[in-house]
Amino acid sequence: MSFNPVEQAAKQTPPAIARRVRGLSDKAIAWLFVGPTIFLLLAINIFPLIWTIYLSFTNFKANRPNREIKYVGLRNYERILNDADVWLSMQATAHFLIWTIVLQVIIGFALAWLINRKFKGNDMWTTIIVLPMMLSPAVVGNFWTFFYQPQIGIFNYVIGFLTGKDPSSFEMLGSVDLAPWSIVIVDTWMWTPFVMLICLAGLRSIPDYIYEAAEVDRASRWRQFWTITVPMVLPFLMLAVLFRGIENFKMFDLVVQLTGGGPGSTTELASINLKREAFEKWRTGYSSAFAIILFVTVFGLASIYVKALNKVKER
Amino acid sequence: MSYSITEPSIRQKRVAAFLVIAYAIITLIPLFWVFITGFKTPPDSISYPPKILFEPSLEGYVNLFTTRTRVTPETLESLPPPANFAEEIVRNRNMVIAGKSKYGERFMNSVIIGFGSTFLSIFLGTLAAYAFSRFKVPLKDDLLFFILSTRMMPPIAVAIPIFLMYRNLGLSDTHLGMILLYTAVNISLAVWLLKGFIDEIPTEYEEAALIDGYTRFQAFYKVVLPQAATGIASTAIFCLIFAWNEYAFAVLLTSGTAQTAPPFIPTIIGVGGLDWPAMAAGATIFLLPVLVFTILLRKHLLRGITFGAVRK
Repeated sequence: MSFNPVEQAAKQTPPAIARRVRGLSDKAIAWLFVGPTIFLLLAINIFPLIWTIYLSFTNFKANRPNREIKYVGLRNYERILNDADVWLSMQATAHFLIWTIVLQVIIGFALAWLINRKFKGNDMWTTIIVLPMMLSPAVVGNFWTFFYQPQIGIFNYVIGFLTGKDPSSFEMLGSVDLAPWSIVIVDTWMWTPFVMLICLAGLRSIPDYIYEAAEVDRASRWRQFWTITVPMVLPFLMLAVLFRGIENFKMFDLVVQLTGGGPGSTTELASINLKREAFEKWRTGYSSAFAIILFVTVFGLASIYVKALNKVKER
Repeated sequence: MSYSITEPSIRQKRVAAFLVIAYAIITLIPLFWVFITGFKTPPDSISYPPKILFEPSLEGYVNLFTTRTRVTPETLESLPPPANFAEEIVRNRNMVIAGKSKYGERFMNSVIIGFGSTFLSIFLGTLAAYAFSRFKVPLKDDLLFFILSTRMMPPIAVAIPIFLMYRNLGLSDTHLGMILLYTAVNISLAVWLLKGFIDEIPTEYEEAALIDGYTRFQAFYKVVLPQAATGIASTAIFCLIFAWNEYAFAVLLTSGTAQTAPPFIPTIIGVGGLDWPAMAAGATIFLLPVLVFTILLRKHLLRGITFGAVRK
């Protein structure tokens, strides 16, 4: 490197100037460091998104790449909004979304509150409860189909044992009435710990002196719970709901493995419907439009929600 | 111990402990059940009522790693005695081992893609996080929000063009393609988490190093990196767990050479009837590393999960 003139000059100049000559400027380093990340996101997230937007206005079919691509305007969008299957899948998604969130919030908050009683060994039990959320959803869905087998499945056996019903008399995955609940149960088993952890962080952020002050004012425990605990944990809880909401709106892997969208289309969530349109029927243009509608919906709902969340925080 | 009015009473603690432990045990039953099913014989796995006590067998694991063909009793008689325990187990079912199954390969793909994408996410993520933490980057908040918003996209929504793009670039069903894809998904979380960790390191250390004549690069890797090591490690675990568990992209973009374990494990069932023990064995081997990681690194992991919520 001794032939490098910059290096040579740097050696002869005082340290302060040398630093500027030898090293790159801070601005250059900033771009050098941020650049690759931005490039990767542009290439693998944004460019595909723009491509999806473009495809959504065409009649392109990915299994026939040589066919002439025709611009069809908003026809794909019109067809989606008038498609009964799409509305059914949105209904299934709404059922799944609402019930998983309700159950996970109630159970998750209750668990966090109990763990915050700081009994001995609470750290260890917290870790055990957290285990399911670390696992691969597809593999989890796969082995739950085994538990849900009528007769031989452990889930049916336990429910039969507790209720006195014959374990082979009901099919969690095969019946139109029970299948939507079967996916809610597994998602709740898997993701309640996430809500619990965030609530726990919220509970631990409340300083003791607030309760001490309430105690001095002779506020009842019940009153303390509703006027201190709940409002202070609410922003955390709302954030947990946001994360779970976004994730479950996109839900694919777990449910595909559990029910594959069946029986009929009772558990065919939006993403599963989309996958079928895109990769089984190969209606690329149509499914691109569907993808955009889903993305805009998630983004829109999330933005409204974040505004509400910020209002709660300001209070 | 000093008396505190906010400290729960002993009775309260007992009730809380009882309820939490009860929930934890219910949580564990499915995992325990998968684990023991892996050591059952196929007939034991589908017995009614379900068996908790049974004679352990390695048949599930043998079936997981082999392919088998059925032979007539006469052929079976004419074969030399079984060379190992696996051969013996298989012959008891009137079959012989025909070859290796694809499970080992799929598992290795998960390892390669998981570690490859984690390394790349951490490498790029640390650089970006350092820049966002220390320098005046134009449009910083917009860029950070942009990075985060890419996580809201349903994977299937971008899967169509990625599928087309990969087909054109020859990246379909390749390790490199999957590594790049998982890096792109992971990097948003990595940048956000790492920025938080680096923000916590006082800038005085680097400034001192710069005055001593270090370049920015040297200050970065000799001063900042060692201090951010814990944060980097816990972020790496998150990236690794995501890549390890991912299914949607894997099932759409890979089918052979680069297929990871999650799309493969469900296909284990159905080869020669419902082979639940083999499926359970496959799931156990695949899930065990994550469980061990979670238990060993619980402090960092739990911190990372609540990180986003606590910071804002």
